[in-house]
Amino acid sequence: MSEPLLDVRGVTQKFGGLVANSDVSMQARKGEILGLIGPNGAGKSTLFNAIAGVCKPTRGRVFLAGADVTELGAPQRCALGIARTFQVVKSFETMQVVENVMVGAFVRTSSAREARAKAADVLDLVGLRTRANAMAGDLTPPEMRRLEVARALATEPKLLLLDEAMTGLTPTEAQQGVELVRRLRDSGIAIVMVEHVMEIVMPLADRVVVLDLGRVIAEGPPAEIVRDERVISAYLGERRRARRA
Amino acid sequence: MTAQAVAQSLVSGLLMGLIYALVAAGLALVFGLMNVVNFAHGEFLMTAMYAAFGLFVAVSLDPLLAAPFVAAAMFIFGSVVYLGVVRFAMSASANAGMVQIFATFGLGVVMRGLAQLLFTPNYRSIPHSWLGGRTMQIAGVYLPAPQLAGACVSLATFGALWLIINRTDFGRALEATREDSGAVALVGIDRKRIFALGWGLGAALVGLAGAVLAIFFYIYPDVGASFSLIAYVTVALGGFGSVFGAFAAGILVGLVEAGSALVLPASLKYVGVYALYLLVVLVRPRGLFGSL
Amino acid sequence: MTSDPHIKARRENIFVAIGVVFVVACLPLFVTDVYVQNVLVLTLMYAALSQSWNILSGFCGQISLGHALYFGTGAYVTELLFTKFGVAPWFGMPAGGLVAAVIAAAVGYPCFRLKGHYFVIATIVIAEAGYLLMLNWDYAGAAQGIDIPVRADSWAKFQFLRSKLPYFYFALGFAFVAWLVTYMIEESRWSYWWRAAKDNADAAESLGVDVFRSKMAAAALSAFLTAVGGGFYAQFVSYIDPESVMGFQFSLLMALPAVLGGLGTLWGPAVGAGILIPLTELTRSFAGGSGKGLDLIIYGLLVMGIALGRPEGIVGAVTKRARKGRP
Repeated sequence: MSEPLLDVRGVTQKFGGLVANSDVSMQARKGEILGLIGPNGAGKSTLFNAIAGVCKPTRGRVFLAGADVTELGAPQRCALGIARTFQVVKSFETMQVVENVMVGAFVRTSSAREARAKAADVLDLVGLRTRANAMAGDLTPPEMRRLEVARALATEPKLLLLDEAMTGLTPTEAQQGVELVRRLRDSGIAIVMVEHVMEIVMPLADRVVVLDLGRVIAEGPPAEIVRDERVISAYLGERRRARRA
Repeated sequence: MTAQAVAQSLVSGLLMGLIYALVAAGLALVFGLMNVVNFAHGEFLMTAMYAAFGLFVAVSLDPLLAAPFVAAAMFIFGSVVYLGVVRFAMSASANAGMVQIFATFGLGVVMRGLAQLLFTPNYRSIPHSWLGGRTMQIAGVYLPAPQLAGACVSLATFGALWLIINRTDFGRALEATREDSGAVALVGIDRKRIFALGWGLGAALVGLAGAVLAIFFYIYPDVGASFSLIAYVTVALGGFGSVFGAFAAGILVGLVEAGSALVLPASLKYVGVYALYLLVVLVRPRGLFGSL
Repeated sequence: MTSDPHIKARRENIFVAIGVVFVVACLPLFVTDVYVQNVLVLTLMYAALSQSWNILSGFCGQISLGHALYFGTGAYVTELLFTKFGVAPWFGMPAGGLVAAVIAAAVGYPCFRLKGHYFVIATIVIAEAGYLLMLNWDYAGAAQGIDIPVRADSWAKFQFLRSKLPYFYFALGFAFVAWLVTYMIEESRWSYWWRAAKDNADAAESLGVDVFRSKMAAAALSAFLTAVGGGFYAQFVSYIDPESVMGFQFSLLMALPAVLGGLGTLWGPAVGAGILIPLTELTRSFAGGSGKGLDLIIYGLLVMGIALGRPEGIVGAVTKRARKGRP
């Protein structure tokens, strides 16, 4: 098989005494959808931040297409082809929808005209064309999630990190989202998605990595993962914890 | 530089620092409570000084005795300012941070104008009070009585403030509101009322400071400007919103000011203070005691 | 391409600007009163200054109340070069701009990590520290300042005794250039980066925006233009001291027109200055002489009214209404 696009090697992330990620290693390949699942507090968002360059890991390295990007900040990693969405949407609320997307497009071009054209294309792709001139702050929550994806796509990523991009969508909207993710995969982008809704991630993902308490406890095709003892007990544990609380 | 000169400047710095802390306390309280910086804080102080002056002229009340009355009047004034101005600034539909700055700043300008209108721009002072002009001497170090009294008022006030915040229902409501103003509404605390009371308390604190300062400082419409920047620095140094951080920072500012005056020309003594502030904020962007 | 409403709107803007410049340029034909001409010069100057301030504080969202530092830097660099070395203001003004840009970068490097009120306070404190230093710098005249000798009208030395008109036309050109810079930036990626960084720094970084570098660029550009204004002002009044070019009131006077007109808008600073500066000058001349503080009261009420009544500014309110009108 070809060299992995994303290669996370032994990433450990500590915040004070708290260990959010412990020796996490995982890969994602071009044209692959990788599901990243795990109970609450498993360290999924921390891992996303380590990949996207929001914080530098305590130990371990992150490689993109063979190049070590561990020391690079988020903007440089975006320029190299990593794009992400946020679990809690972070729109530029006082800017128009199209302007939001243009911000992403400007990483590839300095021409406003090209950025605007690119933004229009991407908005078409995610179905937000009619809202292009609205203020981002006036969008509905599902529209804001689509805007996050559009912005990320405008940066022309090689690797797309989706952090619960389907949360809060109606079944129809989620179905559209699923189709969009498939289309992106088929265009050759590697996609890593954190998702809580198993019904969405399991049929969609080519491979699944399960995190629990900051460690990788299982990895493999979805069909195997759902039968994995450790995964089941991790999730059962969560349910038990939830009941007690 | 003799040891005595150093001791003298240490003591003067400490006394002035305690007064700075008192001036800054109300600013820190309001910021911590609702994330608003009162850019009319210096004018609040000026108003309190004129109030003490007025009481002296009208009924020959000594500023030290007038302090509680001034504080009470300022309490009402502070609440009114919250209800009449700040409340609306906080609910601005756009650029809320900027609106707060300019609304309170504009208020300060109006207050300065009113002071000029009512009292003329002339410098006033309270010519004779119990403490004015008196000094004590301990081991060769001079202690001006007014500053000493101011420092004692400051210590007593911070003590009382500690009790209010930690031991009363109002204090607990204050703490709860500052931690999560959204959630307190759920447990039946009226946020607006707490804010109004917080502004009242903040203004009362600066009222005490004004009454004390009126003993030994000239009173004029622009007097607030001399203190407001020091108050902002004190509050930022201590960590915005931390009342007891302001206490420590005030003392630090007083000491550094006195220390700078020893080694720099007098007109540059504040540069030492500003340099300290910038240095601290560089290392700890949220001040010495600010939570991150 | 001409059918694109966005490009059409931009083209309209430039025509309007040229029209406004033309009309203002004709004003001296009708206005011969020296006092009124003086007010016009100040209005144009503050329009330009506020436009400069708006780059950092409006577009980039870093509210500075310390721009007097850059204004004073421009004034002092221009006049020190002029009086000590005989360098013409034409070179002194851009030199002051460069010095101010360097200072802005030096100030910004540590301060851009500060958020919200911490940043605002830091800008005030640094400007105040600069003011105190100038008060004590003997070479630059300390508290006495610098008196600029004016012997004869001279374009080479950019000083004029008899008529204010040359200053007027320079101020008009300066205001237009500041507007033009904003206009060109508005549709460049810098302005998108600035606005994105203002709205949400984390999201901006994830989209390839180097937020820190963007803020530094905004600060440097903003300071450069402000300092050019400072150099101009020094020539205009031909006497400077720390109070008259570095006082806190300048920081405020630069900010207010943009706030009134619309923070982060192209036309806001010009519209705001056009209303605010004549109004301020009028109240000062009619109510200020009495020493009764009426001018302060009116001015303060105005500031409060602007902040509370029109938080999005005049231009902001108009565009908002226009947008609501469209489906």
